[in-house]
Amino acid sequence: MSDILTYTIPKFTLTGVDWTILLIYFLFVVGVGFALKRFMKTSEDFFLSGKSIAAWITGLAFISANLGAQEVIGMGASGAKYGIATSHFYWIGAIPAMIFVGIFMMPFYYGSRARSVPEYLKLRFDEKTRGFNAISFAVMTVFSSGISMYAMGKLLHLLLGWDFNTCVLVSAFIVLVYTFLGGLTSAIYNEVIQFFLIVFGFIPLVFLGIYNVGGWEGVKARLAQEGWYRAEVLGEQMNPDALTHSWRFMGDAMANPMGVEWFGLVMGLGFVLSFGYWCTDFLVVQRAMAANSMSAARRTPLIAAIPKMFFPLLVILPGMLAIGIAPMADKLVETRADTAITQQIEQNDPVLAKRLADFNVPSIEDLSVAGGRGLVPPKISNMKTTAEGIEGEVVYKKKPDGSLLLDKTNKPIVELDYDLVIPMMLRKYFPAGLLGLGLCALMASFMSGMAGNTTAFNTVWTYDIYQSYINKNASDKHYLWMGRCATVGGILLSIAAVYVAVHFNNIMDILQLVFAFVNAPLFATFMLGMFWRRATGHGAFFGLLSGTLAAFLHHGLTLPYGSAAGLKGGFLGFGGTISLHHYHSEMAQNFWTAIFAWSTCFIVTIIISLLTEQKKKPEDLKGLVYSLTPKPKEDGIPWYKQPAYLGGGVLAVTLVLNILFW
Amino acid sequence: MNLDIRVPIGAMFSLIGILLAIYGLMTNGELMYAKSLGINMNLYWGGAMLFFGVIMLLFGVFTQFSGKNSK
Repeated sequence: MSDILTYTIPKFTLTGVDWTILLIYFLFVVGVGFALKRFMKTSEDFFLSGKSIAAWITGLAFISANLGAQEVIGMGASGAKYGIATSHFYWIGAIPAMIFVGIFMMPFYYGSRARSVPEYLKLRFDEKTRGFNAISFAVMTVFSSGISMYAMGKLLHLLLGWDFNTCVLVSAFIVLVYTFLGGLTSAIYNEVIQFFLIVFGFIPLVFLGIYNVGGWEGVKARLAQEGWYRAEVLGEQMNPDALTHSWRFMGDAMANPMGVEWFGLVMGLGFVLSFGYWCTDFLVVQRAMAANSMSAARRTPLIAAIPKMFFPLLVILPGMLAIGIAPMADKLVETRADTAITQQIEQNDPVLAKRLADFNVPSIEDLSVAGGRGLVPPKISNMKTTAEGIEGEVVYKKKPDGSLLLDKTNKPIVELDYDLVIPMMLRKYFPAGLLGLGLCALMASFMSGMAGNTTAFNTVWTYDIYQSYINKNASDKHYLWMGRCATVGGILLSIAAVYVAVHFNNIMDILQLVFAFVNAPLFATFMLGMFWRRATGHGAFFGLLSGTLAAFLHHGLTLPYGSAAGLKGGFLGFGGTISLHHYHSEMAQNFWTAIFAWSTCFIVTIIISLLTEQKKKPEDLKGLVYSLTPKPKEDGIPWYKQPAYLGGGVLAVTLVLNILFW
Repeated sequence: MNLDIRVPIGAMFSLIGILLAIYGLMTNGELMYAKSLGINMNLYWGGAMLFFGVIMLLFGVFTQFSGKNSK
């Protein structure tokens, strides 16, 4: 092409009031760390908060720890990319898994002597199973917190022009200070603060966006035009209505923008990945283990599920709005221009054309300014800083052979940078003052992601690696000291991981990939461990190993359509020597990787368990296996605090939400 | 643990709320509110945050005085 299209990502201008809000937030974050320092006397205080925290606090921390970069930025991005179907991550994914962990699994975690998830594996199975889990988990936490920092640094650099390295180092330092001083309690308290900040920062954004487009019907009209454009002009395989229906088009992977079909979705995401994450990931389980009683520990994920149900409205909706809002500078009234695509819609779909006219939806041409669409900017390369912001050349989608991907009118298709959706919404709707609050909420989400990983890392390192293999019989004071060292070490490693996380368009995808390899087989191990007393240590270990191997093999032998072999899979095809299986999307591939990993682990664990001897006696397994553990009594606890009622209520509301957005 | 989390949360939200509301009052009617669709969101949302902050503070301080530990 002769003329190169450039795009400028506009700079945010912060005023005194924005800075003051940011400053107040940082002072409180660090202040909580200092205030808690004097309570950190034993290693249990530092790693487990002395098992002394009320259920509503651990509950909010339970979701907040997960509310890192992948949640706020990634869910907004997915909202713009996939529409309301993104809510499957909540309504078929997280919620059922959170109810399960609260009702069925928490008694084993909280009731046993285990201080961490890997330690449960040692008590239930053997040393090598624990070692495998502890080491892989430690690597994963470092990686996740690196991703959080990377996303934060990239974002702050793009928006505010701050130096990337400085952002990474400063945010790492703040997290270091408060987790170093106040341990898990400090992380949990800050997560609760962050939870409320995110809620208060995002409600006005959603309110203004919805108000602007004329309510939910207006959102649907805008996304109907977007869907039509993708299907009819860009040539994407999807039904034009798929962006506003979560289930209706899940029967066929070709009909929805996620490129998955219902079985892969329900089993891969709903069952394997979500249960694997919420039920076995020590990052979240640790929050529940800090609760002040068994009853509070069981209630933790259930209380967490209540706000979690409504989070799609807070984090996905802004992304869905952004794709249909014209990027006109601070202009209130949008008009529907009579353009080529407007006329094309009128000719082919008069019903849609009428809806679009009724809601005054801007034409596709007005939405596509300089390569972006709506408030979603294009990906840019060769960036340079100008007075207005950061300018770069627009990046186009390419086929695996390197040639340009063309739409139905033979124009190249721009690659959109969905990760910038939320900040662009903030910039569009928030005046000075509120903008500071919005940025604060974003930074809070990044820091909670980092702090959550750091506290999980230091516990697993100290209890499951250092105390188990390096220094067995030191004093408690020594382990407390070691925990603080591990906090510093973990953060240093995360900084190193920052520079690894540069490959994927959507941060979600890279995290799903890691979860699929490590976490997916894990849930099979826990299920068998908790509900089948015959499962043995050898069975668990080799089951896990083969599950992880299955994930690796599956990923290596499959490839999403339109991708080149490499990180995205297909690396075991050896340049065409072995024919690869193709999926419609990366997401479908990841879900199926998880299904294969889980099934392999499940089957191998059963076979090897039956072939090997159960060395653990029934009394060893008391409190660790369902059939040998007395059922937790909930006498004297009002019904609305009982896990079964709470869980049932949450499940019922989730069902209603699924039906509403069907 | 003696630090009631509701106290710092309450204090922080009250502070930010007051700041936003005062800023909203000072800038009422200014051009920048075209962004928020002509609504003075700073004033209203600042007020809402202040309300939330004060409630949290009241609960936090009250439970400490009544000697009941929330943990």
